[in-house]
Amino acid sequence: MTALEVRNLHKRYGQHVAVDDVSFTVDEGEIFGIIGPNGAGKTTTVESIAGLRRPDSGSISVLGLDPVKDRAEVRERLGVQLQESSFPDAIKVAEALELYSSFYRDPADWRELMELLDLTQKRSTQYKALSGGQKQRLSIALALVGNPRIAILDELTTGLDPQARRDTWSLIERIRDRGVTILLVTHFMDEAERLSDRIAVIDGGRVAAVDTPAGLIARSSALQQVRFRVRQPLDESVLTDLPDVTGVEIRDGRWLVTGTGELLSSVAGALARAEVVAEDLRVDQRNLDDAFMTFTGRAPQAPASFQREVG
Amino acid sequence: MRALPKLVAVETKLFLRDSATVAFGVLFPSGLLLGLGAIPTLREASPENGGLRSIDIWAPTALVFGMVMIAVQHVPSVIATYRERGILRRLSTTPVPPRSVLLAQMIVAFASVVVSAALTIVIAWAVLDIAPPERPLEFLVAFVVGYAALLGIGLVAAAVVRTSSAANQTGTLLFVALMFLGGAFLPRVVMPDVLREVGEFVPPGLQALTAAWSVEAGEITATAGGQPFWLQIAIMAALAVITSAVAAKVYRWE
Repeated sequence: MTALEVRNLHKRYGQHVAVDDVSFTVDEGEIFGIIGPNGAGKTTTVESIAGLRRPDSGSISVLGLDPVKDRAEVRERLGVQLQESSFPDAIKVAEALELYSSFYRDPADWRELMELLDLTQKRSTQYKALSGGQKQRLSIALALVGNPRIAILDELTTGLDPQARRDTWSLIERIRDRGVTILLVTHFMDEAERLSDRIAVIDGGRVAAVDTPAGLIARSSALQQVRFRVRQPLDESVLTDLPDVTGVEIRDGRWLVTGTGELLSSVAGALARAEVVAEDLRVDQRNLDDAFMTFTGRAPQAPASFQREVG
Repeated sequence: MRALPKLVAVETKLFLRDSATVAFGVLFPSGLLLGLGAIPTLREASPENGGLRSIDIWAPTALVFGMVMIAVQHVPSVIATYRERGILRRLSTTPVPPRSVLLAQMIVAFASVVVSAALTIVIAWAVLDIAPPERPLEFLVAFVVGYAALLGIGLVAAAVVRTSSAANQTGTLLFVALMFLGGAFLPRVVMPDVLREVGEFVPPGLQALTAAWSVEAGEITATAGGQPFWLQIAIMAALAVITSAVAAKVYRWE
């Protein structure tokens, strides 16, 4: 079942085209990642889905509803964690959760959410006194307090330290296990790769590719490299004849095989057929960074500097 | 609509945690009145004041401090902060429209001004023996309409400033200007006629408040060319409508 469908979305601000032509669909229960360089149109796309911007053309369907026409209904079913939004300094954690739960027809149990997000200890702490990770968790809790079918999480681990990021990731997986469809906007490739079932790469206001993380990586043009040593003599042609192999080099007794596709299994199969045992076998894995390079022609943004989490 | 009572409850708590605003907006007017009331010469009946004490004539001015403080300093600063920090933006992704939080904010601010005024009137009566407003209905109308005009000015400020620090600066300037022109810094009796006449058009309308509190004090502070009470009220009401319309027109949510 389709949770979210964006078709030919186009949005410009004056002369500047923010989103040129973006289409994708998200299935129910999926974690769908959106990655792309700064200014690619990620945020405008997400804001249009949330009904904060009115598209110039194209259509958006959130559980069959239009975010502009069916504004109220969409807001009941869509939880949003926005980049650059915040809460009053002096509001306490429990107050914010109770207040936001009163906004919805059929809210989640906010006390249970507070427990799930590990905020119960901080229930009487004012927003301004929370650490970065705690603020982020509160923001996620508030995005979920309306019992949404879909949650949009925009740059959710920016500014968190590595431990807090990993904690947040496992939290997102638990939320998905509760049946919430998640749209995840991120510029962290490891985050997108780890969490997403499928990923859309957006570049220059257009969708450059949509695939599973593994699919995107496999389509990346970056070369893989397999390195190993052998004791028995080995004829180079055993490897150079393989269709996936583009180069073979022997350096200090160590073989370096470069190529594309399923390089490792091709090489392993060829070595087995030649009855040669490979030792010290290493594979240089391609990752989502390589895929990002392939589809956008740019390296992913360096991660924003980590803030140390206090308290 | 369950959200509005909750919003009012939460905004009330936030207001009470803002100790500077509580101190200056709610408690300061009573304190100031008590402080001035402690000066013996201000408590002496003087023939040139028609037998009234200076403190009798000055008492309504204490109210104006709280009203101006809340309407042009506190409210714009909160609204600008809510906008600047994306609090309104975050609300607009929920089923509750962000204007609800602004409405809740207005309700709390008005309640705080009422508490401030009630406190001042009770303390004036109990401690300084200043009788409560002689014409309660007129006083209530002058108070509500005068506050509405002040709030309108505050809302225009909130609508045009970009940042919370700009809101604070604008609020302070407005505070000083309104207090001076409204005749609240200097006793109205010692101000030049021109300023006293202007003061009848400056929110919250100190002359109307004074006249409704005490007819005798009103006669002393009135100018020769002064406007009748209800015309002053009408001017304040018109100012309230115009400023609110301007604020609504130019307001930016983001």
